[in-house]
Amino acid sequence: MAEISSYTINFGPQHPAAHGVLRLVLEMDGETVRRADPHIGLLHRATEKLAESKPYNQSIGYMDRLDYVSMMCNEHAYVLAIEKLLGVTPPIRAQYIRVMFDEITRILNHLMWLGAHGLDVGAMTVFLYAFKERENLMDCYEAVSGARMHATYYRPGGVYRDLPARMPQYQASHARSQKDLDRLNSDRQGSLLDFIDAFCERFPQSIDEFEALLTDNRIWKQRLVDVAVVSPERAIQMGFAGPMLRGSGVEWDLRKMQPYEVYDRMDFDVPVGRNGDCYDRYLVRIEEMRQSVRIIKQCVDWLRHNDGPVTIDDHKIVPPSREEMKDDMESLIHHFKLFTEGYCPPEGEAYAAVEAPKGEFGAYIVSDGANKPYRLKLRPPGYTHLAAMDEMVSGHMLADVVTVMGTMDIVFGEIDR
Amino acid sequence: MQALREFFNSFLLVELLKGMKLTGRHLFSGRFTIEYPEEKAPQSPRFRGLHALRRYPNGEERCIACKLCEAVCPALAITIESEEREDGTRRTTRYDIDLFKCIYCGFCEESCPVDSIVETRIYEYHFENRGEQIINKEQLLAIGDLYEPQLARDRAMDAPYR
Repeated sequence: MAEISSYTINFGPQHPAAHGVLRLVLEMDGETVRRADPHIGLLHRATEKLAESKPYNQSIGYMDRLDYVSMMCNEHAYVLAIEKLLGVTPPIRAQYIRVMFDEITRILNHLMWLGAHGLDVGAMTVFLYAFKERENLMDCYEAVSGARMHATYYRPGGVYRDLPARMPQYQASHARSQKDLDRLNSDRQGSLLDFIDAFCERFPQSIDEFEALLTDNRIWKQRLVDVAVVSPERAIQMGFAGPMLRGSGVEWDLRKMQPYEVYDRMDFDVPVGRNGDCYDRYLVRIEEMRQSVRIIKQCVDWLRHNDGPVTIDDHKIVPPSREEMKDDMESLIHHFKLFTEGYCPPEGEAYAAVEAPKGEFGAYIVSDGANKPYRLKLRPPGYTHLAAMDEMVSGHMLADVVTVMGTMDIVFGEIDR
Repeated sequence: MQALREFFNSFLLVELLKGMKLTGRHLFSGRFTIEYPEEKAPQSPRFRGLHALRRYPNGEERCIACKLCEAVCPALAITIESEEREDGTRRTTRYDIDLFKCIYCGFCEESCPVDSIVETRIYEYHFENRGEQIINKEQLLAIGDLYEPQLARDRAMDAPYR
């Protein structure tokens, strides 16, 4: 009888569990994966090259589109790098707003991850519940920036606008009774901060619900426990960051290790895993959501009691207010100069990194003194995680490939850039 | 004792029943979906949707062809040509926005010194033929005329923050 040799299959790029456009070439030995070879580049949009051809501010919108489930964190890294080049610090209120929205983004990302991961592994309900909660956070994005996803909200020197004092409300329609309408609008009576506060009160119970559905569930555990174990040493060697690293038991979080903005004033814990398997990474992310709620609460508290500007006063970097622009010649000139030419940071280079939901997201900018970057390099966390794909799935079954892909939380916007 | 409890928990499908209890409870809780075409999700006055060109209350178009929006547009979606009018003022002769290129970042509205180009609340639109995604000055002004009360209200609401 002839020996059955290994054969190769394509996983993706059209597979629904391939999280976008991953093409994974798997060398199979029966049902067991012998080697995995990720092929990337199908979503390459040359963001880095594009940024070289336009003034600094004009690329902010493109940062949202990198990791398109944690939009504001990407903006944050880019904006921080520019601020480092310029040597400016945003006002304290802007820093609090940024931290608050970074954490909202973290919850957004983890909810998306939880839903998609659950769906991949076979849990449909969590997906629906997670997306229900995501909707509230999307509304926060919209209230503050006008867009539900691609916010373009952070600016070098602060944020674009202050938080709105009113939340938009549901309008009456014949499809809904007045009582129902009042229930939907009950959180929307006050300002955005009230809305976020109400969300923070409600959300921990929602996490409990996700946990009730998953944490002890035998199918969930069968699919996740002891799958793709990564030792702490190996995790560091492979350049992991974020929950992937912490799941392996390494206590590393940029928010603690090199605090940016006002993270040093925040009281929160960094969860770490013990076994380094998919289940631990799941637990770490769940706990991170709880910690994010804690941080958001502290920010809301501070923002309620402390008013102030949200951008710096330097009109060489930040445009003047519309009122000033309309009745002051000098402000009008600043306005025109900023929107056509932008600003010219001094020659030099800067690297700034933030703890994005997926890990360390960094932006490295080289400036030659012109109004656009000479070179922009982005450090996406997903790229290094995906590079470990082969090591993590080799020896596992085909069905585990989906689990591993889920646990990595890969998004192709940032990997292909 | 612990082992015995775990055995019974596992044998009696306790965690699965707990999950089912949860979904059962959600089945009877109030619905949070909306019936889309009849009912719409709340929209912020800052919403960035389809573009429009506005006019002054006397009917004069606001745009003075300063081309700031054209310069600031990251996606190069705006094309402007201008000419001096008979009365000596400068106005655009062509104002095109390619809606396929546009990334809806809102920079055009932010840069406009006369509040002419704005992004409206409209997010439901479609094209039926190639080339229709490039909307011209007449179309933009028509959108502005149609929604002017709403546009003015939204700008007024957001004015304190800008």
